[in-house]
Parts: sequence; structure tokens; C-alpha cells
Amino acid sequence: MNKGRNSKAVSYNKWGYIFLIPFILTYCVFSLIPLINTIYNSFFECYRAGLTQIGPNFVGLANFKEIFLTPDIWIYLKNTMIMWVLGFIPQIAISLLLASWFADNRLRLKGSTVYKTIIYLPNLIMASAFAMLFFTLFSDGGPINDILIKIGIIAKPYRFLSHVWSSRLLIAAMNTLMWFGNTTILLMAGMMGIDGSIFEAAEVDGATPNEVFYKITLPLLKPILIYVAITSLIGGLQMFDVPQVLTGATGDPARSTLTLIMYLNKHLYSKNLGIGGAISVFMFIITGILSLIVFKMSADD
Amino acid sequence: MRKKLLSAILASAMVLGCLAGCGSSNTATPEADTKEAEVTTSEQGKVLNIYCWNDEFKTRLENLYPGYEVVDATNGKIGDVEVKWNITPSDDNAYQNNLDETLLKQADAAADDKVDLFLLEADYAVKYVDTEYTMPVADLGITEEDTANQYQYTKDIVTDSNGTLKGLSWQGCPGVLIYNREAAKEVLGTDDPAKVQESVKDWDTFLATAATMKDKGYKMVSSVNDIYRVFSDNVTSKWVEDGKINIDANIMKWVEVSKQMVDAGETDTFELWSDDWNKGFYPDGKVFCYFGPAWLIDFCMAADVEGSIANLGGWGATEGPQAFSWGGTWITAAAGTDNADLVKDIMLKLTCDESIMTEIVKQYNDFVNNKPAMEAMAADTEYKSAVLGGQNALAMFCNGADASSKEFLSAYDQACTEEIQNNMKAYFDGTASMEDALAGFEKAVLEKHPDLKAE
Repeated sequence: MNKGRNSKAVSYNKWGYIFLIPFILTYCVFSLIPLINTIYNSFFECYRAGLTQIGPNFVGLANFKEIFLTPDIWIYLKNTMIMWVLGFIPQIAISLLLASWFADNRLRLKGSTVYKTIIYLPNLIMASAFAMLFFTLFSDGGPINDILIKIGIIAKPYRFLSHVWSSRLLIAAMNTLMWFGNTTILLMAGMMGIDGSIFEAAEVDGATPNEVFYKITLPLLKPILIYVAITSLIGGLQMFDVPQVLTGATGDPARSTLTLIMYLNKHLYSKNLGIGGAISVFMFIITGILSLIVFKMSADD
Repeated sequence: MRKKLLSAILASAMVLGCLAGCGSSNTATPEADTKEAEVTTSEQGKVLNIYCWNDEFKTRLENLYPGYEVVDATNGKIGDVEVKWNITPSDDNAYQNNLDETLLKQADAAADDKVDLFLLEADYAVKYVDTEYTMPVADLGITEEDTANQYQYTKDIVTDSNGTLKGLSWQGCPGVLIYNREAAKEVLGTDDPAKVQESVKDWDTFLATAATMKDKGYKMVSSVNDIYRVFSDNVTSKWVEDGKINIDANIMKWVEVSKQMVDAGETDTFELWSDDWNKGFYPDGKVFCYFGPAWLIDFCMAADVEGSIANLGGWGATEGPQAFSWGGTWITAAAGTDNADLVKDIMLKLTCDESIMTEIVKQYNDFVNNKPAMEAMAADTEYKSAVLGGQNALAMFCNGADASSKEFLSAYDQACTEEIQNNMKAYFDGTASMEDALAGFEKAVLEKHPDLKAE
């Protein structure tokens, strides 16, 4: 470093650092330290048997060995990803369609603010309350079964929550419903950020609305789409409240809707910080890898 | 590119950090030292802290303990001692989580913040009774004579592995078969308890009756979980033996009978307390019977809802295929309490005083833990249960309470009971094989109790 040049110029750099202090401090206290602590804990045997505290005893990689000894954790990862994909695809499709309608000046939709508010509303309901609602609606003697029987589609109640795919689809549908409004608004912001003259030029050149959408809107929307995908992916990996409440913490049928965080939560019954830590570290690595892949894809441009 | 990499790592670190935040508060709490729990009878504390999960015990104390004054919903007064109620519901284990944290800090807490008295349920009594956090009742000055009239099984549940009695209950919870009188008349031609008993006297007859019920459009029981307690209370081995999970032959019999009944369409796999399970409390639910003790009949079967069978007095009670008991609430003194005299007196008044206990039966139709009181009430022709259509079923309960034994309790009963019901559902529904369901059960129990090994 060139000392002489620094001393001559008036430096405002320090203010930047000073203003960053509150963030760095809160980040360290609430994120970094717990993160390091979690990794540290994952090398210990530490749980409670009844009222007796066992450990912490250093056990090296035994916790990791235990979670990878059975294929379970991969099954739960698969469950999580299946339910995320099932929910994300319709969510992004609906959101793209709605966003392009709302953002299209030529359509001049009336009352679009009202619709924007309405589609955002499901997100305001607590996920657990939403899950309780669906649980009641789709229970064996619930209104959905009543309606289906009355209009003659089925003869006896269909057990939505006793079948693998109907339960997964229900969870995916709830996630879609809760998040499509949010995604629509993000995509709309992205679309409105695109220079209007490009659309006009396309129109002058005689492009059809479909061509405009696929050849102009989508490519220019890519950064926003990637942002939406990555936040949704990270949110999806942490899927917890909806399946937890809908299946009463069991992940039924036969753990086919058990997500990684629900699995982690099961170990908190015995305050098992060792195994819990190991699962968290596993998730940390998976999230890191997936995020890197998406970032790499965006960097390739 | 490198900046992006860094920001990606930081971003995921932050997200995972949030996760870590809820997962791992490092609680290497040192073992609470409970040796200091010596009772000093001279100095008594000014605050009595009571931990429980609902207001059942609270109403008992408010209405029946002499000199109790209600201040507000969570406060009261006995003489110059303030009573503080710490009520945490049992859902999702919240009650025990809260109690555990408080008990582990008991040694360091200020005298007025210490837990003085807390309540326990049968399914997890052993977890607390077998530790130093509960106080022997003998140390409070309660003698064997005081508790001589209590049913032996209620004492067995709260006796630790060294044979020391650690708690007392005002309740006995022998169960009976509670049948729908209308259905009995329609299908069996009678609603007389003795005659109905003929059709349910053992499991073979019970199953035969179930088939008849099904033909007439009735489900025998609402859910397979209704008959669970009858089997689980008649086991001949513990859930955990030598640190390994052990499934008793009688539990397997429950699995077999349940599967058979579900396949035949004679019952269902609803969770207890769910809306689908509740439907049989009303005439349209078309359920022939439930199994349960006195508290189920009076508190859980919607007796105060118009149109329910209980409200119309449409239930009858009979012994059923096997004697059993289910649940119950015990009062225990927390080690380290500074209100030992008051705790002792509450225990004596509410669990040993015959006149107060008779009053509990009259006011709440509860089955109390006092043999002479119950036997007198059983013989009392004046006493009638409205829910049971005027039947006095207390004699039946008395027999059940005498027959009940609690030899095979373990500290793992709650987890095993919950998980076997959860996991066998898929097998009963036909969506999983029995082996898979049992493997799922073991997995779930091991998650809750890492100190155990698989079978």
C-alpha cells in the first residue's frame, strides 16, 4: 500500500465502516456466532434423556456418520425438493402470466391495484393458520369430500392425507397459493424496469405479443427470475410450517412429506444439539452448493 | 466473479444462521443440585408456584380447598400466601418443555420463584418421579395411614425405582366401555348394561358384534385408537427393556385386531380428539361405543352441547372385554419448595380427605381416589349420572380400579404411545406394510430418545 497517497487525500472511507458497524454487530451476534456454534456442536454428543443432561462429549464425526448411515436424510431432501418443484413451477407460470398482464400498458386493465392486493393476501395469513384451514377442508369428513360426494364424483370420502401424492400436492398447492402474489409483484417490478421503447420498437417491427414475451420480456427479466428462483429455493429448502401443521408433525403418510427442517425439529424433542447440528451443517452445505450453481448460471451471461 | 462467490457464501451463511438461531441455544446447564431440598417447617415462603396444563386442578382447589380466595385468572390467595398458577397446555410437549427448563434451574432460583407443586400425567410420570426433582411425600410428613384408602395402582405409578412414593392423586381412572343406548336397542335389542356386556365380554365376541353393527350401519368404535388403551394397559412387559425398544405381545394384538376391524370397515383410523373422531358423540356419527374413564364421559363427550348423545343422556356403561385404566393427574411436590407445609396440606385435603373427595364426585362426577368414598357412592341409589341416562356406573369403576396394575411403566411410555398410534395408521390405511410401519415407529422413538437402541 502507498502510505503517502493515503495521508494526503481526505478520506471518508472510515464513515462507511462506522455506518456498517450496527449491521456487522447484529450479524455476528445473531447469525455468525450461532452458525459457528452449530458447526461446533455437530462434533459433540449432547442431548437430554428425560431430565438428565448427557454430554457434551466430543465424538468427532460420529453424528455425521449417524445421519448418513441410513438413506433417510436423502429421502427427506428429496421430499423437500419434490414439494418445492411441485409448488414452484405453477407459481412461476401463474406469476409470469399475471405480471405480464399487469405490466402491459396496452391492456389498460381496470382495477389492477385491487387484484394486486387480493393475490398478495394469502401471504398475510400465518402459514400455520393456512395449514389448519386446509387440514379441515381436506379431512376425511371435511367440506371438500362432502362436495365431491354430493356432486357424484366419488362414492366415499377420499383420504387426501393418507396418500403420498395427494398430500404432497396439497402442500405444494398451499405454497403456490401463499407465494404467487409475492412473486407476481417482484416480476412486475422487473418488467416495469424494462425500457418501454424496446417494446414500442418491437411493435413497430410487427412482433406478436407472444414474440414480445419470449424474445424481449423473458431474456431481459433473467436477473429477476434468477433472484426469484434462488430466494424461493432457499425458502423451499427450509419448508417447515405448512407440512408440519398439515400432517401434525408426523410427515405422514410414512414420512413422505417430511422435510429436512421437520427432521431437524424431531431431534429437538430431546434437545439433541449434536445430531441437530450435523443436520444443519448438511443443510448449510446443500444450500451453499445450490446457490453457487444458480449464481454460476447467472454469471455465465 | 469472486465477489459473487463471496456474496453467495455470505448469503447462505446468513440464511443458515437464521436456522441455527432457532436450533441451538447452547444449554449445557449444570446438574441442578437438589440436595439442599431440606424442609424447614419453621419458615414458609410467601409465594406458592403451581405448574399445570389446564384448569382442572385449579377449579378443584378454588372450589374445595378451605380458605382459597380467587384473585384473578392466574392468581389466588391462601391465608397470606400468594398462589401463582403457571398453566402451559400439553400440546406439542409445551408443558413438559417449560417445566423441565424451570426444574433444571430450580436450585439457583430465588425462593419465591421456585416451583412448589406441579402436576403429572401417567404417561410421563416416571420421567419425573425417578429423579431428584420430586420430593418423597413422606418427607412432607404424609404417612402411609393418610393414604391407606387410595387405590394401590395410583400409588404404583408415582413410586420411584427405590420404592419411594413421590406423588398423590385425587383421581382414579379405571375405564369402561361407553355405549350408545340407541344403537344397542336397535342392533342388540336391549340397552341393559348387563345384557350389552354379553355382546362385548371378550375380544372374539366384541369382533362378532362389530360385524353385526357394521351391517346395521354403525361403526363399532370411532377409531382404532379408542381400543388402544385397553390393550396397552394389559401388557406384560415394558416399552423399553435393557435400553432397547420392546413391543409387547398385547400391543401386537392391538395391531392385529385394529387391522382386521379397519379392513372390515368396522372402524376407522382417526386421531384421538380430531373432528372426525368426535363425530360419534352425536347421533348422526353412528358410532356404537367409546372406551374411557370417568373424565372422558363428563369432560370430553360434549355433554354441554345440545343434541349430543351425552346431553340427551344417551350413553350407557359396561365393563367391556378387559379392565383397563387411562390417564389421571398426580400432584407432586418439587424438591426445593419453600412451601412444604402448604403443599402437604393441599395434598391431604384434596387426595385424602373423604368428605372433600365425596364432594368432588357429586360436583364433577369424577371417580375419586378413595375406596370407602367410592364404595359408598357406588351403593348410593340416589346418585345418578345424567350423561349415562341415570345409570350409577361407579361399582363398575371400583372393580376396574381394584384390578388395575401398573407394573410395566417406563419413562418412554409417552413417546412410544404417541408414535405407535401415528405410525401404525399407514398400515391400517393400507398405504404401508406392517414392517415399514413398525420400522417407522422405532425410528420416531429413537429420534425422541437418543439414549435408546432399536429392538
